Amino acid sequence: MSVGLEHYLILSAILFSIGLYGALVKRSAIVILMSIEIMLAAVSIAMVAFSRYIVPSLLTGQVFVIFIMVVAAAEVAVGLAIIIAIYRSRETIDSTDVNLMKW
Amino acid sequence: MGLEIAFWILAILAVVAALAVVLLRDIFRAALSLVLCFLTVAGIYVILSADFLAAAQVLIYVGAISVLIILAIMLTREVQQGSPSNKLRIPAFIVAVLFLGVVSFAMVKTPWQVSTALPVEPTTAALAAKLFGENGFILPVEIAAVLLLAAILGAITLVREK
Repeated sequence: MSVGLEHYLILSAILFSIGLYGALVKRSAIVILMSIEIMLAAVSIAMVAFSRYIVPSLLTGQVFVIFIMVVAAAEVAVGLAIIIAIYRSRETIDSTDVNLMKW
Repeated sequence: MGLEIAFWILAILAVVAALAVVLLRDIFRAALSLVLCFLTVAGIYVILSADFLAAAQVLIYVGAISVLIILAIMLTREVQQGSPSNKLRIPAFIVAVLFLGVVSFAMVKTPWQVSTALPVEPTTAALAAKLFGENGFILPVEIAAVLLLAAILGAITLVREK
């Protein structure tokens, strides 16, 4: 069975679901951030697969992946800075303990 | 034939590495599995003939972002505490499986109009023309530069000692 567009899309859906599970379940803020990175990588795979199989000469999906990388880099930088700031003031990064803004 | 074998090896490795990130108790090993997951995604870009993206993936994710994450793990002394789950484990599992089922169903059932044209190779010049050329993405590129500047300033302000 030759590998086609559906295989890449299913792979991307599996990776996204794993990342979704991790982002919902984990208590450590760093592991939540890592799960979000997995979800972004899954979406990038889907984008590149669409770009390769639907419009092979236009490369639009690959341009979108470049912007996903830019946003992911900015997100990781700010997210880790927030995590370190929270750790400095509260000595924990457990997301169930950081509930100052919870009603 | 070689591409098929490469795809299956990379796909299984990517899923195993992603599962390891979510399931491993040791948070440092989870970060190392995340690096492996990023590397396999770069390999998948290669077999999708996206050579520039594969290089950028290795440089940015495997090189920079993983180092940032490992640095944050070291700074917050989370290694000893492991990576515990909260109380929502079973509902979250059901949500993830439902999501996977719905999305897979939609993806398999949709009649994609697959083109038989060969992909552009190498992609670097074509991507540059797409990003900076006429009718391209020059405005999003400039907005991305502003976004990165704002992110750098925000990160510096957040972690600076008072």
